[in-house]
Amino acid sequence: MELMRVDENTWEIPRQGAMNVPARIYASHKLLKSVQGDQTLLQARNVACLPGIRRMAYVMPDAHQGYGFPIGGVAAFDLDEGVISPGGVGYDINCGVRLLRTDFTAADIEARRKELLAEIFKDVPAGVGKEGVIRLSFGVLREILARGAAWAVENGYGTADDLRMTEEGGEVRDADPAGVSPRALERGVPQLGTLGAGNHFLEIQKVDKILDAAAARAFGLEAEGQVLVMIHCGSRGLGHQVASDYIQAMENELGTDGLPDRELVAAPFRSSLGRRYYRAMGAAVNYAFANRQMIAHGVRGAFAKVLGRAEGMRQVYDVCHNVAKVESHEVDGREIGLCVHRKGATRSFGPGRSEIPDAYRAVGQPVIIPGSMGTASYILAGTDEAEALSFGSTAHGAGRVMSRHEASRRFRGERIRDDLAARGIELRATSWKGVAEEASEAYKDVDEVVRVSHAVGLGRLVARLVPIGVMKG
Amino acid sequence: MEKYRILPHAADGKFRSFGRTLEEAFTNAALATASFMWDWRKIDPARSIPVEIAGRDLEQLLYRFLEEIIYVFETRRFLLASVESLVIEAGAGGKILRAILRGDEIGPKTELHGEVKAVTYNEMKIGEDCGGWTVQAVLDM
Repeated sequence: MELMRVDENTWEIPRQGAMNVPARIYASHKLLKSVQGDQTLLQARNVACLPGIRRMAYVMPDAHQGYGFPIGGVAAFDLDEGVISPGGVGYDINCGVRLLRTDFTAADIEARRKELLAEIFKDVPAGVGKEGVIRLSFGVLREILARGAAWAVENGYGTADDLRMTEEGGEVRDADPAGVSPRALERGVPQLGTLGAGNHFLEIQKVDKILDAAAARAFGLEAEGQVLVMIHCGSRGLGHQVASDYIQAMENELGTDGLPDRELVAAPFRSSLGRRYYRAMGAAVNYAFANRQMIAHGVRGAFAKVLGRAEGMRQVYDVCHNVAKVESHEVDGREIGLCVHRKGATRSFGPGRSEIPDAYRAVGQPVIIPGSMGTASYILAGTDEAEALSFGSTAHGAGRVMSRHEASRRFRGERIRDDLAARGIELRATSWKGVAEEASEAYKDVDEVVRVSHAVGLGRLVARLVPIGVMKG
Repeated sequence: MEKYRILPHAADGKFRSFGRTLEEAFTNAALATASFMWDWRKIDPARSIPVEIAGRDLEQLLYRFLEEIIYVFETRRFLLASVESLVIEAGAGGKILRAILRGDEIGPKTELHGEVKAVTYNEMKIGEDCGGWTVQAVLDM
């Protein structure tokens, strides 16, 4: 495939054939190699062929092949002429990351670290088939789908400040629980407040290095050694079912002819089906916000139980990295409304955008980029440049490079646990095979991903975080 | 005959299943799906769930059938051990699949080692050659 180098970390597939726009890839030489080893570029080209796509199909530095759309992809569609695609959001609707700060230092908690992790492991359900701590009726579940994290806070699971420090205030207003099928509801009933398995995790981390003192201070990160908690999970079975239901509904209503990949099925945004998906997706987004809210509440409870207090555990931010949102962006010199799909990409709005909390408006929104198991994670700040480069978006993590099957063949979970322990990282997990599959060697180098994000201007480096306790489902 | 083979795929669960008939290949596709979450050979086929699934074409039928394995697991805590009496027929506007899922509920000693979030259409292939039928699918994990 023809690939032009624009500058050191920017590559472009020129518009050709059925492409409506070019595709642009942000990657270093090293990251580009892994992207070229799978279907990512072909998938980006397919996305560029969809109706009403504006400017370019963007590929973030951590991208890898998905289904239909690449993971690490950003595509924005005109509201009148464009489409909305469940495959462009992904199955795990509002998979995202929440970060809590604390007043503790790593030294403060060292003596109780194992106990603390054990308590969190007990209080926050994790792993395949594990059920949540509260049993919901369909009625209450529908309320959660309409209100998101606001429902959780109103019911005592957190504070109003948590909502302010969540994208969309933790509550997508354009959400319709009636568009969520009974099957999806059934899957949602037992799983609220559960972490799940696979690449989802909960980590106790410490600030390793502050790279931008002013932004770090605005985010509540004061000093190296400060303890933080990172939660990575999504909308669980409910969101997966919503995605599946609407992929099939679109197939049945619009057919599959001419699609290079059936996962690219998409409905006009203004059509009844397009609107129905958008609003059902909003309901799943709300479920995920409520889910992370419940988990954060469990974590605070565990801190209070083991360390005697949890008052300083303010939320830094909560970001979605699988979502479609209506946002206003500049295209050809004109500010227009677009449906921006971010699949495995994080919003990275710069200073001044009205969508971000007042407290961050001078520095840009916090962008939370989790690493792989046992490696660093990063906080970046959204930039003004990202608006023109990627509709205000950047990477979402490390990105896999090795199959789970291969990883579980090559690595042993117990061995990983021992290696991490030798580096001062405590690991608790429900499945050693699951741990082996998530070995850090199966992922790209997150340091390189954020280095490129920073160099290109998609996000500005603020702090490097390292784990001291890891919980895997 | 080999029931299924797990194939390398960077992020997800990819497999190819085989059968002398389309029905056998679908049956083995269900076992392959279960194998990403538990060892179906170790599950007691104590309970049964009859299923009837409609699809506009074979691909959608496979998608929905495999999703059923995830659905009964998440909502009824049902672990698949085997699939019996699977038949695929032409139905109103497409295909209909009927089968009996056999298996057991999650117990205190059940070992689960992975989570399949969803079935995808990515790289899905259903085909016949001289030796029988082959089904390929990628699961989102």
